[in-house]
Amino acid sequence: MNEALRRLANNLLESGKDLLPIVLVITFFQIAVLQRPIPDFSSIALGTFYILIGLTLFISGLRTGLFPIGESLAHALVKRGSLLWLLVFAFTLGFGTTIAEPALIAIAREAADVAAIGGIISHDQSAVDNYASTLRITVAIAVGLSVVLGVFRILKGWSIQWLIIGGYLLVLLTTLIAPEWIIGIAYDSGGVTTSTITVPLVTALGVGLASSIRGRNPLTDGFGMIAICSLFPIIAVMIFGILL
Amino acid sequence: MNFINPFINMFGDIAPIIAMIFVFQLLILKQKIPNIKVVLFGLLMVWVGLTFFMLGLEKALFPLGRLMAEQLTSLDFLGKEELFWFDYYWVYIFAACIGFATTIAEPSLLAVAIKANQVSGGSVKPWPLRIAVAFGVAIGIALGSYRIVAGIPLHYFILTGYLIVIVQTYFAPKQIIALAYDTGGVTTSTVTVPLVAALGLGLASTIEGRNPLIDGFGLIAFASLFAIMSVLAYVQLKHLINK
Repeated sequence: MNEALRRLANNLLESGKDLLPIVLVITFFQIAVLQRPIPDFSSIALGTFYILIGLTLFISGLRTGLFPIGESLAHALVKRGSLLWLLVFAFTLGFGTTIAEPALIAIAREAADVAAIGGIISHDQSAVDNYASTLRITVAIAVGLSVVLGVFRILKGWSIQWLIIGGYLLVLLTTLIAPEWIIGIAYDSGGVTTSTITVPLVTALGVGLASSIRGRNPLTDGFGMIAICSLFPIIAVMIFGILL
Repeated sequence: MNFINPFINMFGDIAPIIAMIFVFQLLILKQKIPNIKVVLFGLLMVWVGLTFFMLGLEKALFPLGRLMAEQLTSLDFLGKEELFWFDYYWVYIFAACIGFATTIAEPSLLAVAIKANQVSGGSVKPWPLRIAVAFGVAIGIALGSYRIVAGIPLHYFILTGYLIVIVQTYFAPKQIIALAYDTGGVTTSTVTVPLVAALGLGLASTIEGRNPLIDGFGLIAFASLFAIMSVLAYVQLKHLINK
């Protein structure tokens, strides 16, 4: 129990460290540059407290519940040697972690609100919710396929730079035909998707796979997975914009 | 304050990953879940934590990003009517500060920096690398804010950035490339993303002639791209000096 409390305190400290730079920069600007109090201070302070508590519980929960079992599952499946199950696992891992990613939930909501205000979709709540969840599912499918591609890359020993340069070319081509209003959110979705849940689990799969195959070096071949996962959602979201 | 509804809604977001773990563990590997009680307690924490985090985002991070954009572009702060892009210099300084501060404190960047140290056989030091990336992200977000203020299409910048990354890749030591590409996705954390997105949307809605739909997004793309470019640049520089 003591051990659990100590870990919780550590996670609280880590969440605090994540929030502190933002609090410091904003406080400095408010006092030294803008020279006025923060409007609606009490509500923002309460919200910051929620974030601190929420992030701490979220990270603690991931570390005690999800990460150990996710990692052991990844290693067990790599050892089992069935390519089909490994690929199914890779896809569902990418999809599942992305759907639960808090930053993506937040950005998708904002994007849906902006799309409603800009007249891309109708104003009623169901259309807005529908747009946000379709956007997230699009990104999640793209991340799922990216993890599959990343597994293939490690198995076959393809070099990462050709995949990434190929991806850049696809981004360029899709940008040419995508509607103007989807480009910003599409480019942003790349950096958004790979966050708190996705990075540790997907990296565990990559490193586990690279260390179990002869001739692969976990330090060099195990990485690159996140790069693929942050590139292909860009293309997928632009295609979503073209089809909408 | 109603906690029940958001709590129930959140379940749908974590259900797929939980379902997947149970299905693979029980049906495909046909193994029992070790420490099932601990795992279930952990999942409960994830659920409650996510709910509070999302409530906090709505109440604090989104409003803060928007407020900073509104205050720093308001006419009585700027004190004049005719405005050119450089009159918004406080916006760029604020954007750079947020970029620098959040990146330097980012735990996943620290993890990447330690890995880079191992991959390079100790020649890439964690601290200078983190400072280089933080500077890169600061310049990236400031440049991204300038783009919103000036209303230049996002893809001009990003596609040029891709070109620079390709050229840098050609010169970079092979073993560091994958790690450098990964940094782009890793540096923008769960806390930074909503704040930076709200800043961009706020700028696009307060500045005359900008449209949030077209100009509002893109700051995160700048942050990811500049993180990749700074890792490659730092490693290249290190390589040249050591020669």
